[in-house]
Amino acid sequence: MIDLGSRASANDSAAAEAAPERRGVFKRLRESLSKSRQALTEEISASLFDRIDDETWERLEEALILADAGAPTTAAVVERLEHEVEAGTVPADGVAVRDRLIEILGEVAATGRAPIDLSADPAVLMMVGVNGTGKTTTIGKIAWHLSKEMGLRVILAAGDTYRAAAAEQLAEWAERAGAELIRGQEGADPGAVAFDAIAAAQARGADVVIVDTAGRLHTQDNLMEELAKVRRVIAKQIPEAPHETLISIDATTGQNGLRQAKVFSEAVAVDGVVLTKLDGTAKGGIALAIASDLGIPVKLIGVGETLEDLRPFDPAEYATALLAE
Amino acid sequence: MFDQLSDRLQSTLSDVRSRGKLSESDVDAAMREIRLALLEADVNFKVVKAFTKTLKERCLGDEVMQSLDPGQHVVKIVNEELATLMGGSGRELAMASSGPTVILMAGLQGSGKTTACAKLAMHLGKDGKDVAIAACDVYRPAAVDQLVTVGERAGAHVYRQGTERDPVDIAEWALQQARTERRDVLIVDTAGRLHIDRELMGELARIRQKTKPHDVLLVVDAMTGQDAVGVAESFAEAAEFDGVVMTKLDGDARGGAALSVNAVTGKPILFASTGEKLENFDKFHPDRMAQRILGMGDVLSLIEKAEQQVDEKQAVDLQKKLEKDQFTLEDFLQQMRQVRKMGPISGLLGMLPGMGAMKQLKNADIDEGELDRVEAIILSMTPAERANPGVINGSRRKRIANGSGTKVQNVNQLVKQFDQMRKMMRSMATGKMPDQQQLAQMAGAAPRPKIRRR
Repeated sequence: MIDLGSRASANDSAAAEAAPERRGVFKRLRESLSKSRQALTEEISASLFDRIDDETWERLEEALILADAGAPTTAAVVERLEHEVEAGTVPADGVAVRDRLIEILGEVAATGRAPIDLSADPAVLMMVGVNGTGKTTTIGKIAWHLSKEMGLRVILAAGDTYRAAAAEQLAEWAERAGAELIRGQEGADPGAVAFDAIAAAQARGADVVIVDTAGRLHTQDNLMEELAKVRRVIAKQIPEAPHETLISIDATTGQNGLRQAKVFSEAVAVDGVVLTKLDGTAKGGIALAIASDLGIPVKLIGVGETLEDLRPFDPAEYATALLAE
Repeated sequence: MFDQLSDRLQSTLSDVRSRGKLSESDVDAAMREIRLALLEADVNFKVVKAFTKTLKERCLGDEVMQSLDPGQHVVKIVNEELATLMGGSGRELAMASSGPTVILMAGLQGSGKTTACAKLAMHLGKDGKDVAIAACDVYRPAAVDQLVTVGERAGAHVYRQGTERDPVDIAEWALQQARTERRDVLIVDTAGRLHIDRELMGELARIRQKTKPHDVLLVVDAMTGQDAVGVAESFAEAAEFDGVVMTKLDGDARGGAALSVNAVTGKPILFASTGEKLENFDKFHPDRMAQRILGMGDVLSLIEKAEQQVDEKQAVDLQKKLEKDQFTLEDFLQQMRQVRKMGPISGLLGMLPGMGAMKQLKNADIDEGELDRVEAIILSMTPAERANPGVINGSRRKRIANGSGTKVQNVNQLVKQFDQMRKMMRSMATGKMPDQQQLAQMAGAAPRPKIRRR
């Protein structure tokens, strides 16, 4: 999930200590997931594949559209599957078709997969996204994992200098995660805050800097330019940085999510998606469209409000859940 | 915001329009396009299905087939049905006859409740209401701090009791305070919650019971996808909301969630949040929005916006100045500022009829920075220069350019354009309409090609 480079061995002991606790965490997550959406393969076959005929493909289209996968991605996936069944490479049998569908969906969802690259020292991670998609919360959770579970020294940069009390919100997360916080005045230049945070990390020998940014609609050109500037400021200090730029996408987002990912990516070269709020009933199918259209993979998912509710993205699990009733 | 949908419907319907007579397969083709356009706009799949079915039945009915211009008739039907889908002609907030009017705000995390509370407070404050907001989001870190800041910025009083007390108690206490202090309106901000979170939905229901709100408003993000319907249904059950506030409508989201929520719950959209500033909050007019989707423009909204911003006395003064040919650069500056107060220029253009079809104008990025430069140039002039631009000679131009951080060419251009504008206004004031060429010269130094209308 996370590439820590040469730092990994040094932190093995910390990770080992955290291991038993972690298993408990994942068990809890599985339970909360199945509770909220009953993501069971049996249900897919029951509703979608009892017979294989024209109606099957229509039902499948409907299911994918309802999951927010979007018309073009839906059409491409269904066409591919239908073609394979017609050509006989996949037997026209409910279980086989279902398994192949999950394979195809998983394949599309895994486009461009790569771990989160935090191998640099210090590594800089930048978080971007539209208002209300869960950037600050995600940063809090990532910081907690890096700091508490992996024993890394983390500095948070409160780059959201626009929204009232955004820095206070991040300060609370920093405290919970045991991370340091660098902040500026409200209305301060976010680039300056990022600069100070990286300078502090270099001076104090911190491992990771996570830069928060203000939520902004991708249609606000001046704000997108401001974001690009923050990135330039970071790159001036450390040429390869930010080493990882993540965009948070709310799982309830519809087809507009594709535009968000595209425009943000043009401004700051996004490496991956954090798909948040998957603990609701929304399926987050827009991530499929983003991976297939833009080649930007989902790297993390958010399934709840507590610190542990951030987990690595599993394409097969996601593909299965997409079609659950 | 609905541009994409509007474009598709327009191109499909203009095709139908050009034929004069419709066959069933014409209608089917149009319905397929509409179906796809609506799905791309995130209208719920089931709503789309039902919508195109009704539409098709009406389009194949006698009234269309026997009409002289069936294509035009189809446009009219689509327009009517879209407006119905979004809640007919809209409704007002229910106000209490005595005591404070209580408005409860609810919604998912990140839908924009806190900002919407402040914007609504500002909106009601403009009507002379004394508004207070109760800070009942005790869960999200620093949510109370955020509300205090934006609430006070909006001129509202914020009732807060920290994050240790139960939100239901805080709401009850705030209502008592609002009664004692004789506030006109109490807006209750609540924490974002998942519609499937039984515990928190129960809490919302209890806040509702205790405060007996006159209006419960569900805050919905315009970018929401297919799940909007499920969310709205759950909130309808727990909080029995009365209306919807659509947020983030200033993005390029196609806003189909707006259509779906009303179609499924029957609750109208009352307000739309359309920008980062607290003033960017408007009453939602479903019928006008449907017209906008079809590119028929929303002139009524534009006029209302203008009325809100333009001081009537100033308008009369201006008229006199125009008649007497005394319009100065100072007046021009005031005018420009007033227009800009109405919102981003690109947003205003969308309200004009036919703008959807005018690709050149839509894609011509209206450069707000250009307007900033014009302001800077005028501000660098002396009062005498503003009153009589004729005195601006070479050295003055250089000084003005230096002062405003622009180039001498920019100053030249502005003076020239102002001169053309004054000529045009003179002819308007004396009753003659300007011709296209004059308008084009005013818009940019070079004349634009005339835009062909369909």
